[in-house]
Amino acid sequence: MTVIDDPGASPPPELGDPILELLNGFIIELRNAGLPVSLTENLDAMEAVRHISIGERDTFKYALAATLVKHSNHWKAFETVFEVYFSLRGQEYAIGEDGDELGDPDDMDNMDGAEGSGDQQGGGGGENLTPEELAEMLYQALMRGDQQMMRGVARQAVRRYAGMEPGRPVGGTYYLYRTLRNLDLEGVLERLLEQQQNEDGESSEFDQRLQRDEYQTRVDQLQKEIEAEIRRRLVADRGVEAMAKTLRKPLPEDVDFMHASREEMASLRKAIYPLTRKLASRLQRKRRHGRKGPLDFRRTVRASLSYGGVPAEPKFRNPKPHKPEIFVIADISGSVAAFARFTLHLVYAISGQFSKVRSFVFIDGLDEVTQYFEGVEDINEAVHRVNTEADVVWVDGHSDYGHALGVFWEKYGKDIGPRTSIMILGDARNNYHASESWIIKEMKEKARQVHWLNPEPQSYWDTGDSIVGEYAQYADGCFEVRNLRQLEGFVENLA
Amino acid sequence: MSYRFEDVASVKEDLSKVDYLSDEGIAGVVYLADRLQKPILVEGPAGTGKTQLAKSVSEILGARLIRLQCYEGLDEAKALYEWNYKKQLLRIQTERNEDNAEWAEISDDIFSDEFLLTRPLLEAISADEPVVLLIDEVDRVEVETEALLLEILSDYQVSIPELGTIEAKQIPLVFLTSNNTRELSEALKRRCLYLHIDYPDMEREKEIVLTKVPDITENLADQVARVVRSIRQIELKKHPSVSETIDWAKTLVLLGVEKIDEQTATDTINILLKYQSDITKTVKELSTADGVTV
Repeated sequence: MTVIDDPGASPPPELGDPILELLNGFIIELRNAGLPVSLTENLDAMEAVRHISIGERDTFKYALAATLVKHSNHWKAFETVFEVYFSLRGQEYAIGEDGDELGDPDDMDNMDGAEGSGDQQGGGGGENLTPEELAEMLYQALMRGDQQMMRGVARQAVRRYAGMEPGRPVGGTYYLYRTLRNLDLEGVLERLLEQQQNEDGESSEFDQRLQRDEYQTRVDQLQKEIEAEIRRRLVADRGVEAMAKTLRKPLPEDVDFMHASREEMASLRKAIYPLTRKLASRLQRKRRHGRKGPLDFRRTVRASLSYGGVPAEPKFRNPKPHKPEIFVIADISGSVAAFARFTLHLVYAISGQFSKVRSFVFIDGLDEVTQYFEGVEDINEAVHRVNTEADVVWVDGHSDYGHALGVFWEKYGKDIGPRTSIMILGDARNNYHASESWIIKEMKEKARQVHWLNPEPQSYWDTGDSIVGEYAQYADGCFEVRNLRQLEGFVENLA
Repeated sequence: MSYRFEDVASVKEDLSKVDYLSDEGIAGVVYLADRLQKPILVEGPAGTGKTQLAKSVSEILGARLIRLQCYEGLDEAKALYEWNYKKQLLRIQTERNEDNAEWAEISDDIFSDEFLLTRPLLEAISADEPVVLLIDEVDRVEVETEALLLEILSDYQVSIPELGTIEAKQIPLVFLTSNNTRELSEALKRRCLYLHIDYPDMEREKEIVLTKVPDITENLADQVARVVRSIRQIELKKHPSVSETIDWAKTLVLLGVEKIDEQTATDTINILLKYQSDITKTVKELSTADGVTV
């Protein structure tokens, strides 16, 4: 095995090799998409492709992933870029000369072979199917879960329905939407289930449920095939780089909390748990390696006796274990609703790691919600209870930070001690009410730390009715926390 | 040096001979690890066969498996090497009784191989025969301790201040596993190939059940895999792992079940799920035909 000995003079082994050049572009695109690919990993990938041929597509993909992607959250981004860069490689993925009108004799032949029970389609090669025939084919493909057939259907459907025009600068989602609308997958799914029921006679709900899941998986698979087909055609049309650029999406840690989709939110939630562990372990470590406690006078004098009264060996008290108390005060009004939901998940995760966490939510009134999170196993239930039961509306349900803070100070201010860390989460859009920022100042004096986390971009701060600056001047820090990366940064600096 | 594996297909085949059903990804990465001489970092949910992969690979290679179980507080003395302090003392005392003992001689003496206690990492690289090194649950050690591993992972050597550098006699195949409870350091990840093992898809899970549960019928295995797949789609605290699926299949065989209906599933679900809230939720979900409300 040859290893590149001298990284200083390292033109990759066989420069000019098309694969390596492709790989180069691929890695650049990965970096553009935000994946941290280091030089060593780059070299590893180059080494790897010499051992695994590009023909074994799946293995090739996993080999590249193993060397380049070191985080399971990044897998999706990797996969997208991979599909774009390598979708035109490999035998079965080849596309005809003119990208628009491709006949796939091979594929169609296979399909005919697979259709044992002989149906309407015959040996027609699938070129001139009527919509009805295509629908029937789709139904059969889903019914049998036949991979080859599904791929064929996907190709046909895209050609027929997507209406792709070369050079037209629309994204793949548009074509996908058009194709799916015409296929009416929901309807097919219903039909499949009905059919099944008629065959089986009376089946229990449980069986139906399993059957539905089975078909749902197949439908999802078909949808993936369609997406792949559209992507393949787009790449053929517009070229790899342009396509990769359109498909670029933020990595999970860069997704804005405020605009996260449902799926993104789910993956964010999963990422919170390691983060709180990190926070806890950092605080703990501080405890372990921390300075010694104050001088223990009595023991020092006692020890000095053995040196003839000279206090040569000072003794210290054991440090007091530092038990942080955390108060979380979160805005859950409409303007930050998405962020608030995320916040509540964070609060729940934190409360599992620290002995004393108290949480409060507010809109224009404020309520303590600590008990909702205690001993609750299902976080969704807790969030639901917070949203429905907490008494957070005072007058009209529009954010009023001044009043909410006032209530907090009056009811719970006395509980703040020198060990308390306070985290306030909100955009400080106060609807032009009084700010009452003196409360933050008072809080700061009593508490160990006061941090303000703002889910808005910094450039929006103090514009319109945002008065975050007024509060921030008294807090220990005010941070823009719009995504997981920023939240992580905050956690690292906190301890 | 010679490689351990012919090609990807043979890795897959060999693994299936020892009852470990891999897929393209797993076999490919194992093959690559051998070719590139790099450690594999295996991540994924609990109970998906991460540790088993290392065991199976050592089995097909006929290599000795050396295992380092990580835990909080693991240190050099337990992972790398330690000086045999008592033996050193004895040695010094023996020397003292002789008249012409030179200091330099003794100090040279007591810091030699004879007084070195090897711990798993050092043992793995100083072994003469082929070994597979498994560093289990590496996410349990503190970030600082991770640094201990870096030298051995990138250069297959251990530096001992008193002795110098010990280089590997043969390059061991190294597996690190992590349950992803915390982010591992970049430095560690950079040195490894990364393999994420997720729950298997339905077909593979069925195969696994068929291999691991001897008396099961194909039909029942299929049903088991289907039910488990449906359960994994529900949002739960802890999804059923592969090993739990196997346990469940075994139970069903023992009970003589031929077809899983709702009643059987509800009665035995505590084998798949370990939280009461999960059980309640699943039983409720599975009895509605409409699927998860999305």
